[in-house]
Amino acid sequence: MTTAIALISGGLDSMLAAKLVLDQGVDVKGVNFYTGFCVEGHTQSIRSREAKKPKRNNALWVAEQLGIELELVDVSEEYKRVVLNPKHGYGKNLNPCVDCKIFMLEKLKELREQGRLAFDFMLSGEVLGQRPMSQKRTRLDIIAKESGSEDELLRPLSAKLFPPTLAERRGWVDRESLLGISGRHRGTQFRLAQEFGFEDYAQPAGGCCFLTDPSYASKLSDLWGARGRRTYELEDILLLKVGRHIRPAADFKLIVGRDEGENRFLEGFRRRFPHFKPVSHEGSLVLLDGAATRPNIDLAARIAGRYSQGKDTPEVTISYTSCDGVSEDLCVTPMAMHEVRNDWHLGR
Amino acid sequence: MTAPTTVDARGLLCPMPVIRVQDKARGLSSGSRLELLATDAGVHVDVPAWCRVHGHVVKACYEQDGEISMLIELGGALPGNNP
Repeated sequence: MTTAIALISGGLDSMLAAKLVLDQGVDVKGVNFYTGFCVEGHTQSIRSREAKKPKRNNALWVAEQLGIELELVDVSEEYKRVVLNPKHGYGKNLNPCVDCKIFMLEKLKELREQGRLAFDFMLSGEVLGQRPMSQKRTRLDIIAKESGSEDELLRPLSAKLFPPTLAERRGWVDRESLLGISGRHRGTQFRLAQEFGFEDYAQPAGGCCFLTDPSYASKLSDLWGARGRRTYELEDILLLKVGRHIRPAADFKLIVGRDEGENRFLEGFRRRFPHFKPVSHEGSLVLLDGAATRPNIDLAARIAGRYSQGKDTPEVTISYTSCDGVSEDLCVTPMAMHEVRNDWHLGR
Repeated sequence: MTAPTTVDARGLLCPMPVIRVQDKARGLSSGSRLELLATDAGVHVDVPAWCRVHGHVVKACYEQDGEISMLIELGGALPGNNP
């Protein structure tokens, strides 16, 4: 039986692409690459316990809807070279979409060589012209060529707009049953989803990757600027997904939990960051990332007071704990709204 | 019955616990059992979903003081066991 491997992001396009090929009797298996920037990843653990609808892993959800197996592959370490040094540059934000897709297709072939995957051809949910930079015809041609996938790569949603690929020439799939979608309008995909009975599919703004999000990209740029070098660890990129990020000075920033779920998430980082917690009033947990000097601690305590229920009182008590676990209570005047400057807020 | 193979994913955030389970399951035979230790509440949703996709079963799940223990029995398709 012919086997295809589908890149499953968790979004609608890759779901439809896999479905079109699955319906032709091909054995389709899915692969989802975990880059660390996936929208659906860690946000699971950030959610409020009271949330009515538990967040799900959309790639697993897609696999379940399609009835296909799904391999989840952690590429977060290797992916750094894609984010930090993309040969084809970034899109509108810090999204290295062309290099990303090349990386993923190369990785599929590598996994096949290692015997971890077995497949006759690859398929993706790319749509010609849907994304302004990465899905232009010239870029899609570059992706197929530089990844070495060439005509082993089938793009079922736009197949008719490209020369026949290996799967079509060999008769593994019927080209006439594939589509010729192009452009940014997604009406055809939505109609198709309805025909297939797909409901409740994920439609994250900007796709399934945080690097397409202007706010996230701005915070990542700030991180690189503050450190004076373009690098990151997984912990860094997780924390950029959570809380208000406030940089009152070049040598430190604060991460302020915005709700119970975020506060709980940030608590997991208490041993690694100096942190603040109001004790006289309810309030957010605040992590300090940077230089824990006395002036910075005093300023941060006042900001922590701002994000407590004592923000309009003359004084609040904030517990400050250093990385060594030494705590002290600080009595401070909460910072007034106008004192928290707009340009301190990152990612706005 | 042999003791389950432990997968310690405490401190890891989803989807990493699922990936650790999946990778440990590779090469094991149907009927084998895994015990996942985790701290991310996301496993309550993700691990059962992964099990449903691959034909495995969550046999038991306990949570105490924020630590989750999940017993999984493997069956059906095992990831990476390609013909």
